[in-house]
Amino acid sequence: MKQYKYFKGGVKVPHYKNTENAETTVMPIPDLVEIPMLHHIGAPCEPLVKPGDEILVGQKIGDSDKYISAPVHTGVSGKVKKINSILFPNGMNIKSILIETDKKQVLHPSIKPPVINSKKDFIKAIRESGLVGLGGAGFPTHVKLNPPEGSKIEYLLINGAECEPYITSDYRESIENSWNVISGINIIMEYLDIDKVIIGIEDNKPKAVEVLTGIAKTSDKIDIMPLKSKYPQGAEKMLIYSLTGKVVPAGKLPLDVNVIVMNVASVAFIASYIKTGMPLTKKRITIDGGAIKTPSNIEVFVGTYIKEAITFAGGFKEVPKKILMGGPMMGVSQFNLDSPILKQNNAILAFNEKQSKMPEQTACIKCGRCVRACPMNLMPALFDVFSQYGAVKKLVRFDVLSCIECGSCSFVCPANRYLVQSIRNGKLLVKAKESK
Amino acid sequence: MEHNLYVNSSPHIKDVAKTSNIMFDVIIALIPATIISIYLYSYMAAIIIGVTVLSSVLFETLYNLLTKQKQTVGDFSAVVTGLLLALNLPPAASSIWLGVVGSLVAIIIVKMIFGGLGQNIFNPAIAARVFLTVAFSSQMTTWLSPGADAISTATPLALANNGVVTSNLDLFLGNIPGCIGETSALALLLGFGWLLIRRIITLDITVTYLLTVVIFSFIIGADPLFHVLSGGLLLGAIFMATDYTTSPMTRKGKIIYGVGLGVITMGIRVYGNLPEGVSFAILFMNILVPMINRTTLPKSFGGVKKKNA
Repeated sequence: MKQYKYFKGGVKVPHYKNTENAETTVMPIPDLVEIPMLHHIGAPCEPLVKPGDEILVGQKIGDSDKYISAPVHTGVSGKVKKINSILFPNGMNIKSILIETDKKQVLHPSIKPPVINSKKDFIKAIRESGLVGLGGAGFPTHVKLNPPEGSKIEYLLINGAECEPYITSDYRESIENSWNVISGINIIMEYLDIDKVIIGIEDNKPKAVEVLTGIAKTSDKIDIMPLKSKYPQGAEKMLIYSLTGKVVPAGKLPLDVNVIVMNVASVAFIASYIKTGMPLTKKRITIDGGAIKTPSNIEVFVGTYIKEAITFAGGFKEVPKKILMGGPMMGVSQFNLDSPILKQNNAILAFNEKQSKMPEQTACIKCGRCVRACPMNLMPALFDVFSQYGAVKKLVRFDVLSCIECGSCSFVCPANRYLVQSIRNGKLLVKAKESK
Repeated sequence: MEHNLYVNSSPHIKDVAKTSNIMFDVIIALIPATIISIYLYSYMAAIIIGVTVLSSVLFETLYNLLTKQKQTVGDFSAVVTGLLLALNLPPAASSIWLGVVGSLVAIIIVKMIFGGLGQNIFNPAIAARVFLTVAFSSQMTTWLSPGADAISTATPLALANNGVVTSNLDLFLGNIPGCIGETSALALLLGFGWLLIRRIITLDITVTYLLTVVIFSFIIGADPLFHVLSGGLLLGAIFMATDYTTSPMTRKGKIIYGVGLGVITMGIRVYGNLPEGVSFAILFMNILVPMINRTTLPKSFGGVKKKNA
């Protein structure tokens, strides 16, 4: 099947897929894990356990009564040592549960395959599984899968584009766990009454395309579409356009154009959850970057400290100077190595000195490269000026809120302007004004 | 284990493009024109180019020193300005000091006082050329025909105003009187090719500019090829009109800009008193760039059409 449409803009990023042939190894249970109460977009959870409690594998340890939120579970058995507070890179202080593991891994009695008789049961089960969008954004899946009454979902789109450099965890998922990917798709199709599924994978991953095509042959409802390797092919709005030609209106969700987009790892998890009832407590992540000795893919428990995951993967060969959660284009740089791994993490990158230091800004020469690179057809260079001068009206008129922060503009800027940073500031200015 | 980590907003990798690399590519693109000019006008061209480039760099260095600002000559933009200005001067001895005066105007008044690279409203080399043309009109029109025994003569456009025809082949190869760098269309087109291959500029401005000139010529019944190849049109359309800072950023804007340039150039050439209109056309369209940028805002992906800001 040929790509339906090609989005405008975008950039050619280096692939650095050093780990594409690195089979996933399972990391043993660490002595300590720390599970934060926020792994998703939405309201943080409140701890359901207190210091001294004995907890078992799969037990729910945090939940919220807010709709846009997802419960948090433990993947290890042991004893709650402390309720901590972690400073997240977004500036929020989030409660976290520090667990001393006993390595007995006794299963919590609540863990059994969910009984599902209706769409409502299915959505409820998904909520209880703690699943959030595993592509990186972490949008609670039960919200995503619950379209308003009366609307008919036309397409389920599966995102295996993985357009960020370095990361191969979705690619390994597609190859190592391909049966679960397809069976997860079938489950969603059944409960949500969807008849068309397209899996989009960038054409630099022919093996994933081949493996999934081989399995999906049995279904005439599932198509696999190789996509041009162009960043940000995996961004939701770009993916929808590439696969269906539909344009999501500004400020709207994929549901508004009758489309649901899910990551390959998310659908594969649904298949395993329906079979076992084991909530989301483990994650496949790519460990790579210039400071890493052996780039690898590992499976870790959510809440494992970054430094322990890296040590298990082989440790550092150079002094790390930047630690990223996620890819180099959109990943979040961490304050220290003691942050725990979250559900929606798909990579931990450790950069050496040379990779870490961003070049100094020089004057904008108005070359227009950012304008050509912007997949949302915006004018990043102007946002840079407007946010510095606090020109909120202009920021709104030039549609700063449509920016998806993919980083293409900063990537191509010959003057090294920190465009995404300016845009984020600009968005905050707009939101501050709106809330007044 | 304690590490000092860099923390910054994403993205964390960069393309290789740098301002200085872009300027360097423009300099490379101007090499064919420079070589031909030295071949045609021998050491005189070399001296004019050398003096003008050096004085441009010197003025920028001095300005930054005197105003206690960060040194910016490393971005090579002063070299580009100096080189372009030199190629816009006539091949006479008087051009040596014209180059120095022109550099002063281009770098200090047109560029640095407005805030330096990226902030200037007018293209520095063009503004300086226009200043020199107005202030020193006789020296700026001391044309020599190429060759060893250089003799005073008129440019093909001036000749055409008096009914004398110059062959298009001579125009193409540069075997004609004119400014140092604008005579050989072949050399300029080689530079154009380089800029396109290196993706420094897009086709938009240059092509719409040249097309407008061609169509205008057809309408008034003039020889389109003559108008494209003569005067500073190619030098202007390829190297000066495409200057990032003083041209529109959006594609639609670039097309409007190119058409405007073509109409004004031909208007001056055909109906005005001056034989050549490229510099004035670019200078005039430079003024309109902020307005063109505002009226050609792109529609965001999935957004609604924007009102003019």
